[in-house]
Amino acid sequence: MSIKEKEEEIVDEFAIYSDWMEKYEYIIELGKDLPLIDEKYKVEEKLIKGCQSQVWLHAEKEGDVMKFTADSDAIITKGIIALLIRVLNNESPADVAKADLAFLQEIGLQEHLSPTRANGLVSMVKKMKMEAIQNA
Amino acid sequence: MEKLAVQKGFNVEEVRKDFPILHTKVYDRNLIYLDNGATAQKPQVVIDAIDTFYAKENANIHRGVHFLSQHSTGLYEEARNTIQRYINAENSYQVLFTKGTTDSINLVAFSFGELVKEGDEIIISAMEHHSNIVPWQMLCERKGAVLKVIPMSTKGELDLDAYQNMLNEKTKLVSVTHISNALGTVNPVKEMIAQAHAVGAKFLVDGAQSMQHTTVDVQDLDCDFFAFSGHKVFGPTGVGVLYGKEDVLNAMPPYQGGGDMIKTVTFEKTTYNELPHKFEAGTPNIVGGIALGTAFEYLSTFDFEAVEAYEKELLDYATAELKKIPEIEFYGEAENKVSVISFLVKGQHPYDVGSLLDKLGIAVRTGHHCAQPVMDFYSIPGTIRASFAFYNTKEEVDILITGLKRVITMLS
Repeated sequence: MSIKEKEEEIVDEFAIYSDWMEKYEYIIELGKDLPLIDEKYKVEEKLIKGCQSQVWLHAEKEGDVMKFTADSDAIITKGIIALLIRVLNNESPADVAKADLAFLQEIGLQEHLSPTRANGLVSMVKKMKMEAIQNA
Repeated sequence: MEKLAVQKGFNVEEVRKDFPILHTKVYDRNLIYLDNGATAQKPQVVIDAIDTFYAKENANIHRGVHFLSQHSTGLYEEARNTIQRYINAENSYQVLFTKGTTDSINLVAFSFGELVKEGDEIIISAMEHHSNIVPWQMLCERKGAVLKVIPMSTKGELDLDAYQNMLNEKTKLVSVTHISNALGTVNPVKEMIAQAHAVGAKFLVDGAQSMQHTTVDVQDLDCDFFAFSGHKVFGPTGVGVLYGKEDVLNAMPPYQGGGDMIKTVTFEKTTYNELPHKFEAGTPNIVGGIALGTAFEYLSTFDFEAVEAYEKELLDYATAELKKIPEIEFYGEAENKVSVISFLVKGQHPYDVGSLLDKLGIAVRTGHHCAQPVMDFYSIPGTIRASFAFYNTKEEVDILITGLKRVITMLS
């Protein structure tokens, strides 16, 4: 499945929720289900410090594709990480680098990627792309 | 604006009519605005003052002979007079317009700072926000002075014995917050000022959080400086005030150079203007100053004893209701505090709680409140802060409580 197709799938999943709180219940669930980052990567150099919440990101290239694992101390941040990883995992570095992640806008979660939120997510996306570029 | 009569008592429903934003909706829900510590909402009279100025009165001040310039200068200076009366400053020229509290403190740190020598001591407290920490660190670095910090208890009260022991003949300035933005603690600044004066030190009161909740009389406090922001007292953003004692301000060199702050300029020598202009270089935030004056005229119509009693009732009610939720942990339980409640939900990140409350239309602040050392003191990343203004209601507290219960269920 391409990045675009995965994004469309997520948009469809969210379409059934008419209420914000339902939407967030689903995000919280995703956050709880997010496979945890290997403890050995939960170190200072993998840490992306936000003002509000923090994110740990580990990226590597496996064969031709990028593999990401991440974690956060906030569950909503984790839920959004789960979505980002689902979209960008197993994709080529070139595709990761040019992904516009427009689905976040469509499902109404772009506010979490606004720099004013300072939750580490903006920097995380930047870092995912940087890692992809370095591995291209 | 017409002079308004002082109202007797306090009627929150009437007051809410003055604030149009309180009747807006967010995410199709009624806005519950509990982030007044970050900024307060504006009454219609302030919005009208801004509107009218740009529609009918706009001209630069202090320099034109034409009608509008004279008129706008008059409005601006009248606003200064209003603020002087409100804080009971000796003279209107001791009320300096700045960009806000941060700018006011930086002005003192720079200009008064020029009088600070190597080895001199500056005292701040453990509950300061960054604006009342960083300018002093920068000053100490520049001058080789020493920064000392008054410790606080876990309840969020300053250790006044430690403060007394810190004061000595090397203490040049004490700069302490009147009311803590993160904890709501009201510090006994009047006594602290007297103690500082006893060793010949000057005292700056950071009033960023206090003017919204209480009246301030700078002569009664006997402070050397009092700093506050317009936007936290129902005025516009981008304008604030530094009050200073006349002799102290006169002894200080100017802060920034430019127009308005000069008397004569030649390439060989410039002489400086008198107070307040000496510290007000360049075209100021004219409309901001005028509308801030309007905000204080509006505040002058309140019976503040009744306002404070109402806010106390609101604080007590909210605290009692929050205490009924077993997962809530409080930060800042000083005996003397204003309607600011910092708390955490056990086991939950404040970002999650805040994000979900937001979707219920409830605006609270989450994070470190620009007071990282306070969060470090409690070893927490931040808190959730509900800060109430006089226009908040018990019904809004109830909505917060119901919302919190729902959020806690969702997160656990």
